[in-house]
Amino acid sequence: MEMKNERTILQINDLDISFKTNAGVIHAIRGVNIDLQKGETVAIVGESGSGKSVTMKAAVGLLDANATVNSGEILYRYVDDAGKETIVDLLKMPKKQLRNTINGSHIAMVFQDPMTSLDPTMTIGKQIMEGILLHKKVDKQAAAARALELLELVGITHAEARMKNYPHQLSGGMRQRVVIAIALASDPDILICDEPTTALDVTIQARILELIKEIQARLKLSVIYITHDLGVVAKVADYVNVMYAGKIIEVGNVNEIFYEPKHPYTWGLLAAMPDLETDDDRLMSIPGSPPNLLHEPKGDAFAARNPFALAIDEKVAPPMFKVSETHYAATWLLHPDAPKVEMPQELQARIARALKDVEEYL
Amino acid sequence: MSEPLLQVKDLNQHFKVSRTFTVKAVNGVSFDIYPGETYGLVGESGSGKTTIGRSIIRLYNPTSGSVIFNGREISGKLDRDTEGMLRRDMQMIFQDPMSSLNPRKKVADIIGEGLDIHKRHANAAERDAAIGEMLDKVGLSKSHAERYPHQFSGGQRQRVGIARALIMNPKLIIADECISALDVSIQAQVVNLMKDIQEETGCAYLFIAHDLSMVKYISDRIGVLHLGYMVETGTAEEIFANPIHPYTKSLLSAVPFPNPELEKRRHPLAYDRKAEGVDYAAGTEHTIEGTHKVLATDAELARWTT
Repeated sequence: MEMKNERTILQINDLDISFKTNAGVIHAIRGVNIDLQKGETVAIVGESGSGKSVTMKAAVGLLDANATVNSGEILYRYVDDAGKETIVDLLKMPKKQLRNTINGSHIAMVFQDPMTSLDPTMTIGKQIMEGILLHKKVDKQAAAARALELLELVGITHAEARMKNYPHQLSGGMRQRVVIAIALASDPDILICDEPTTALDVTIQARILELIKEIQARLKLSVIYITHDLGVVAKVADYVNVMYAGKIIEVGNVNEIFYEPKHPYTWGLLAAMPDLETDDDRLMSIPGSPPNLLHEPKGDAFAARNPFALAIDEKVAPPMFKVSETHYAATWLLHPDAPKVEMPQELQARIARALKDVEEYL
Repeated sequence: MSEPLLQVKDLNQHFKVSRTFTVKAVNGVSFDIYPGETYGLVGESGSGKTTIGRSIIRLYNPTSGSVIFNGREISGKLDRDTEGMLRRDMQMIFQDPMSSLNPRKKVADIIGEGLDIHKRHANAAERDAAIGEMLDKVGLSKSHAERYPHQFSGGQRQRVGIARALIMNPKLIIADECISALDVSIQAQVVNLMKDIQEETGCAYLFIAHDLSMVKYISDRIGVLHLGYMVETGTAEEIFANPIHPYTKSLLSAVPFPNPELEKRRHPLAYDRKAEGVDYAAGTEHTIEGTHKVLATDAELARWTT
């Protein structure tokens, strides 16, 4: 098994997953490639149903029973208990082994709703200790001490007293801090955050994001964010993968995606969200709704909603065209023979405004 | 300016949980909505923004205060005539379209329920025509009338919710987080639809949301709520260009911009009411300029404006 370079910690190659349902087979993931470098933050952006959560669930072996992995591999590089660097394919690993060696101890996950990911009948102290006792060979006192340390790390005051609290006694933001503490309990290398702040208020959201960033810098974590909120992406991500109908349609570093987007879907996403200075009469919106993957679209899945679609989009799905070393987009508009299409006026104006703001700020 | 369509004066809404404990969800909130305008209510969860909407439309009985709609008092006991007027002229769009549409009814019957109750149509053909027209207006087709809510996508369901509110031709629509459950690209469609409808029918909106950039975009005037108090109100420009109250400031600083270079350098302002010693109950309404008002004591205002 080979990885692209030394620093790659997680590499998803050509992942293809389908779900069997009563209505038929849903081809939810159709050839996804994602790289994560050590210490960096990658965001996966997309609408609901685009397959962003499924992709990461595959990496931690949490796929539903009706899912089939048709092809692909998820390579993960880590230092095992014996201190040897190994590369494994997480998809080939037996579930039991995955649970014992990787999940929790090397790859941890933070879910969207802190109320449903905590056990309401257990004190939070116990819930944090659970993971430590399971993954590390320590006694209860040491685990309790570590739990206390973690609560302080995630910014919970009066940690000692809080250890004995139940989840319902905490506010939403506090609960999400506890979930993060649990995820960090056994020093993971990768933290996967699945919509970690969607259920929280903006003021709390800002604080939780800052917290994750701070912890990431301190513990040298690699983080994967799954989100639909481009504001959050702008705040935290180094690299962005835009996902649509089970495919990555544009990937690049965060500045490339926000200041020089190439794919019409990314244009639509950016323009659909008003910024604080938008005063246009109408928001630019993407017409229609995402395709039903029960009937897999021929050609480009976005063609039906794309005002810039070309004739070829209906027939052949576009490959990834290279824009720069880090920036790729799957749209025929980037083909040398394609007609020249500029991004919409409103978005151009908005990006110009954003760049001006940056200049003024610096 | 013309007469306000809705006047809320000193509205209080308390819920008695037990003999010793009362939740004071809304405390002394006042604001006006003029015909054809959009008033946005923002605040964190638990700030009472939804409660205000529900008190106005009388899903709750207000504890005290007065609500005047269309020139009639609607906060106390409603007589038959007033209630009829209220149920016709004020409508609501709810947050989650799945749980606010009856799954056992066809879309035509969901939309037409108001018509049936208020006997707004002469015969079945007229009713069906009205429903068909309404479906067209919200961007669905007439053939959708015979379907059930589960056969629609989230955005389409919210369109059904809007159609149901609109069919009574209301003067005021209370939109309670009506786009928060939708995807970004669908949100823009629904917001555009709401704007088009406002232009066409001249209805007013009370737009309740926590997404500040969307509220700024859609609203003419905004009220910021915290812990059941209206801490600041004014036009969208006044609030965003010159926020006075520290809570408003912290709220604005926490909105993430889709601008990575800037966003990575910004840090949210913290606001701790207790640490700063701000007492909402002691505060009175101070006018900054025009319609821009802040809830504060004299000392607090002096501190915030210097």
